[in-house]
Amino acid sequence: MSQKKPNYNLIGKSPRKVDGLSKCTGVTKFADDLELPRMLFCKIHRSHVAHARIVSIDTSAAEKIPGVKAVLTGKSLPISFGILPVSQDEHALCLDKVRFVGDPVAAVAAIDEDIAFDAINAIKVEYEPLDPVFEPEEALKNEVPPIHDYGDDGNVHKRVSMEFGDVEKSLADSDEVFEDIFFYEGNTHLAMEQHSSLAWMDPDSRITIWSSTQTPHYLHRAAAKVLEMPPSRVRIVACPNGGGFGGKSDPFNHEIVVAKLAKMTNRPVKVTLTREEVFYCHRGRHPVLMRSKMGVKKDGTIQGLHFETLLDGGSYGSYGVASTYYTGALQTVTYKVPTYRFDGVRAFTNKAPCGPKRGHGTPQPRFGMEVQLDKVAAKYGLNPATLRLSMMQPKDSITANWLRIGSMGLSRCIEKVVEGSDFNNRHGKLPRGSGVGIACSSYICGAGLPIYWNNLPHSGVQLKCDRGGGVAVFCGETDIGQGSDTVLATCVAEVLGVDLYDIRIVAGDTDLTPVDLGSYSSRVTLMMGNAAIQAAERARELLAKAVGEKLEVPGSRLGFAENRIFDVENTETGVTFAEGVVLAESKFGTIGTVGSYTPPPSPGRFRGHGVGPSPAYSYSAAVVEVSVDEETGMITVDKVWIGHDIGQSINETLVIGQVEGSVYMGLGEALMEEMTYRGNRFGVHKIPSLLDYKSPTTKEMPEVVTYLIEEPDENGPFGAKEVGQGPLLPIMPAVANAVYDALGVRVDEVPITPAKVLKALSNKDLRHGPTRFPDLKITEQDRMRVKTQEEGGDGRSDKPFDRKKKKEAVKP
Amino acid sequence: MMRLPAFAYHAPNSAREVVEILAGEGPSASIVAGGTDLFPNMKRRHQTPKTLVSLQDVDELRGVSWQSDGSLRIGPGEILRALERDADIGNRLPALVAAVRSISTPVLRNMGTIGGNLCLDTRCNYYNQNYEWRRAINFCLKCDGDTCWVAPGSKVCWAVNSSDTAPVMMALGAKLRLISPRGTREVDAQDFFQNDGIDYLAKKPDELLTDIEIPDQGKSRSVYLKLRRRDAFDFPVLGVAARIELDGEVVKNADIVINAVSPAPTRANASEKALIGKKMSDDVLAEAALLAYKPSKPLDNTDFEYAWRKKMVKVYVRRALEHIRSSFLI
Ligand SMILES: Cc1cc2nc3c(=O)[nH]c(=O)nc-3n(C[C@H](O)[C@H](O)[C@H](O)COP(=O)(O)OP(=O)(O)OC[C@H]3O[C@@H](n4cnc5c(N)ncnc54)[C@H](O)[C@@H]3O)c2cc1C
Repeated sequence: MSQKKPNYNLIGKSPRKVDGLSKCTGVTKFADDLELPRMLFCKIHRSHVAHARIVSIDTSAAEKIPGVKAVLTGKSLPISFGILPVSQDEHALCLDKVRFVGDPVAAVAAIDEDIAFDAINAIKVEYEPLDPVFEPEEALKNEVPPIHDYGDDGNVHKRVSMEFGDVEKSLADSDEVFEDIFFYEGNTHLAMEQHSSLAWMDPDSRITIWSSTQTPHYLHRAAAKVLEMPPSRVRIVACPNGGGFGGKSDPFNHEIVVAKLAKMTNRPVKVTLTREEVFYCHRGRHPVLMRSKMGVKKDGTIQGLHFETLLDGGSYGSYGVASTYYTGALQTVTYKVPTYRFDGVRAFTNKAPCGPKRGHGTPQPRFGMEVQLDKVAAKYGLNPATLRLSMMQPKDSITANWLRIGSMGLSRCIEKVVEGSDFNNRHGKLPRGSGVGIACSSYICGAGLPIYWNNLPHSGVQLKCDRGGGVAVFCGETDIGQGSDTVLATCVAEVLGVDLYDIRIVAGDTDLTPVDLGSYSSRVTLMMGNAAIQAAERARELLAKAVGEKLEVPGSRLGFAENRIFDVENTETGVTFAEGVVLAESKFGTIGTVGSYTPPPSPGRFRGHGVGPSPAYSYSAAVVEVSVDEETGMITVDKVWIGHDIGQSINETLVIGQVEGSVYMGLGEALMEEMTYRGNRFGVHKIPSLLDYKSPTTKEMPEVVTYLIEEPDENGPFGAKEVGQGPLLPIMPAVANAVYDALGVRVDEVPITPAKVLKALSNKDLRHGPTRFPDLKITEQDRMRVKTQEEGGDGRSDKPFDRKKKKEAVKP
Repeated sequence: MMRLPAFAYHAPNSAREVVEILAGEGPSASIVAGGTDLFPNMKRRHQTPKTLVSLQDVDELRGVSWQSDGSLRIGPGEILRALERDADIGNRLPALVAAVRSISTPVLRNMGTIGGNLCLDTRCNYYNQNYEWRRAINFCLKCDGDTCWVAPGSKVCWAVNSSDTAPVMMALGAKLRLISPRGTREVDAQDFFQNDGIDYLAKKPDELLTDIEIPDQGKSRSVYLKLRRRDAFDFPVLGVAARIELDGEVVKNADIVINAVSPAPTRANASEKALIGKKMSDDVLAEAALLAYKPSKPLDNTDFEYAWRKKMVKVYVRRALEHIRSSFLI
């Protein structure tokens, strides 16, 4: 096991958040709290048809309404954008086509919201209807006009096929091949804060957009491009987000629309979306139909795996290409999977666009895989926890699909939850109606590659020491409630030995802060943390030199703690931190340092290798206990035990908060959340409201016992790994497995509703779930083969990876 | 944010004034009590009254008092929270308090009134949507359109009565008093609700509900069971109110009312008949439950699958009766 941990002052403890009091007293300014003199209000006219060509837009009546200052349509913003370079398929306002009910078509700026509301209702749009498509299986058939004029073919946005090792042979050599089909319904982020943006163009022609965004850097790029302004004249200020979960990580049409309206009117313009509009922004969990063929030996261990996914992408690309790869990327990092094949297709449909939600693309396959393993264990009479423990992917290894694993604490997570829940004495032994289920998972700590191709750092931190002893830290990160401001301050405070609350954080401002790619992909703590440590260590070096000279002790003998710099061998001898800054500034001039972080290169060198690699992987295991009412099918979750391999907590309370929040969100996905549409009723979203879109309340939330496993990872700041997303992943399959333990029925589908439980009980095979999986039409040409490391491969595929060719596929 | 349309606002001090203002303004005026149902509806443009007459300052519409004959008079303006906290009501009318306590959330129960709950607009997830959404389905029969999307071809609206207290009032035999310029009239709760999602109350727009009277319950026992997704916040997708009076071990009177599966709370007549004169054995209860299940016709316009909701009628009626049976043993 790891060597003894250093004695930290702050790391791993739980001081209150640096912005905690402001949040609790309501002082924090979220985007919608901002007001500027002469501010106008924007409202957006949205499509009320699912798929149509725009014949004409008549805005004349709206323009005549007193108080309306500007009306905007797509023709004033003709340049397309999108988060991924390969899917620049969105317009701030639809140009010639609408693709789902809720697509933005026109916008107004008026002196108050009521007038703006009247004005959007006075806009008349004439449509020429096109056949809509609402189901990905239908989209695969390519019988209707494509929703976009790019993609792999027809309504197939992306088709992926990759094989690592000879899976066919592994399956043939297995004692048994388990074949299962699963469905994971889409769901949305449901952040409490509705998206809001305010834009203003100053008289010197510089535009500022304050916005509830998780990714100010990407918004900066998109806004400059669409507004046709040099990036140097566009400033994005990411306001503290009232929750993000991935729902605020695309550049959004409304952000660009208010900027354009501000330009047109020379007045500040604000938009705050209604809850219904937030449902239309979506970018949430893709509905995924999947088929898994798992070859196992009699002892249950995996010999080979063939996993197929069909993603319902909704109407735009968003992160979808990455999402598609993610449904196949991380099956290999928990248990040994010697050979692995993944086929995936993302289809366009006329619904709100899907994208990244907490766990991005991995909860769906994780659900399938963990339920399937439970079936393997049940069939062979194995303890499902022991089975998992018998095939751990070793630490410091390379997986079949060329992911490099560093630290790996999954077995300790399993041991903890098994012990805490008394799993071995209770699984299979509780009275009918009660059950316990186990599942595991893993998640990346930041993607190894950025979203657009570049060699630049993923996170940058600038640090300035003041003569009075204060420290200002500048970073492009965005606090979305997860506490990244606190993590940043904690890393710096630990290195410099200063009071946490003496640190001032300046974050998420493209004019003032160095780039951090954003609060997504569980990347912030690891990447920003490393950059912050580097910046702080550089400052510390300067201070140590100057103070060492003054105290006549070698710099290496100086300690930094409690706002002092002192001789560790004679702690009485020292100066205050402020005095240290004065000494250093006298010697070196202004004390300002920088730090940056770039992830290590991935060993894979095939096309698509960019999705999956990460500097480190977090691990989680969960046991869920349920009671199921056999007559109604209603499920009550009684208790959850969850172990999470965090590497090292930076702030323990924040880590536990993320674990509990993940459990909460996971239970919602497992039991009730559904982003559903009425395909036979014009394709409207069924329930776009906080009352009708069902998500658990405090009353449904069970007791959660959290175990943190701390085995520092050499790539993490102080050894830290992620916690924002990983702990969500085991919850849904653990619930499904617990329901099986309670009643002996399999619901191979989330959400696991009472009706589905009853259907499973009445079905002959005691199962409810999908029974068919369509042909994904993978051709030899689509299929890429990579030898595994064990087979002597070098990470390259049989098809040369030609970046230039990939570029051509980019739609201008 | 969704915004309220503009309206004129009156807050008179007496019931008489309320009625006068309503009469003067005509159908474009509306009563508002707690506003927890009306205001969300106005934001979605279901109703856009030009004038609102608030009951907030009408003291005579509040208060609860036990009469000498054992009956209870409740002022319709009483907030739900007050009823829920009244220990006497809790002891003597547990079914009513169970229903009240299950309504929405504590915050909303601090505003919402019992009268507003009885007059609650019917609900449907083609209807409880904002203006833009409804435009995408070309509106619906209940509001601004002419198709019932729950049952296209239907001439009537199938929006669901979702009040938790309505079925209880029916089961307990409550009487309601209404005043209008035409005078005062009394209706049985039974006759107050109509099986039409649009015209769902036997109350005229200019009538004010002034009194709710629940008769002495004698030795009968009652219960209210509510089915919904979450234990707070959610409207019922099935509500079962039941009252049983025994003569020895034999059922003398039975009242079973099913709600939230149709535009009006519905009496399960066949179930009631099947119980009367019988002992409350397992078989008898199962039979009564089956008889309630058969005619119930939930449709696809609330949360949950409607076929499952129908199945639950059987389970919930039986459980309600079992609950009463065991309460007689205490
Ligand atoms: C999120 C949410 C959840 C809810 N959950 C539930 C639930 O679980 N169960 C449930 O039953 N309800 C629920 N409700 C609805 C509502 O809160 C309650 O029914 C409440 O009791 C309504 O009372 P109110 O005083 O607010 O009515 P208001 O909104 O003021 O009025 C409702 C209607 O009654 C009429 N009215 C009111 N008082 C009188 C009177 N004295 N005479 C004549 N007409 C009158 C009004 O004109 C209006 O048409 C919920 C509401 C919300 C917003």
